[in-house]
Amino acid sequence: MSQDLIEREILIEASRERVWAVLTQAKHVAGWFGDSAEIDLRPGGKAAFGWTQYGTHRAVIERVDEPNLLSYRWARDTDVEPAEGASTLVEFTLTEVFAGTLLRVVETGFASLHGTPAEQDKALQDNTEGWTSELAELKEYAERSAA
Amino acid sequence: MTALRPGRRAGPAEPDEVLAAMADPTRRRLLGVLAADGPATASTLADGLPISRQAVAKHLAVLSRAGLVTSSKHGRDVRFAVRTGGLSEAADWLAGLAAEWDDRLAAIKRIAETNE
Repeated sequence: MSQDLIEREILIEASRERVWAVLTQAKHVAGWFGDSAEIDLRPGGKAAFGWTQYGTHRAVIERVDEPNLLSYRWARDTDVEPAEGASTLVEFTLTEVFAGTLLRVVETGFASLHGTPAEQDKALQDNTEGWTSELAELKEYAERSAA
Repeated sequence: MTALRPGRRAGPAEPDEVLAAMADPTRRRLLGVLAADGPATASTLADGLPISRQAVAKHLAVLSRAGLVTSSKHGRDVRFAVRTGGLSEAADWLAGLAAEWDDRLAAIKRIAETNE
């Protein structure tokens, strides 16, 4: 897998079970991710995140390890299946810490979007370089040399 | 509860061609060389890499279409240089997606901590 990724985390003062519920129960998900949600919480299960203004983004659940890990692949565009090359993978990990729960989210797969199939394959095979960090470095280089 | 906008539709325009161009490790390497060493011709670039001049020229064409490099004629040579704007747009786009996750995580925190 390529390392083009977005990685963020937050400390939540609540139990992992509580955070898990907010991540996985449709009534809670609609509070932080769209206006409506349907989730069939099992590997291969379908999910749909609806935005009244934009439409529905479909997803397929990949891994469910309560209350440690949840991942799903969601379609970049509305009302299409979350196919390879047209979707990104979102993975949540929940770690128990003294003050509550450390919630980390990693979204990957941006570099394999939009390319030709050959380019997508290549991007998936390329596991040695970090795309995002390289981009930031290149930008820095370029700006320095332009100055 | 205010719903957050989906990342797919919000934020800056998606730099499709930049993403496709950057998906290839050889092209990223070419950009890195141009950024570090300054403008160069396809032949010069090929000398430092284990690929042919023709292959380098093809990759440069893709980078050029994506707005990541510019070319200029110097006599018989065509020199390629990094175009900073293209990289900035792509970096801004990724930063925008990261900021959306920050908003979503903050909303998760709010719900988890208050609706017990």
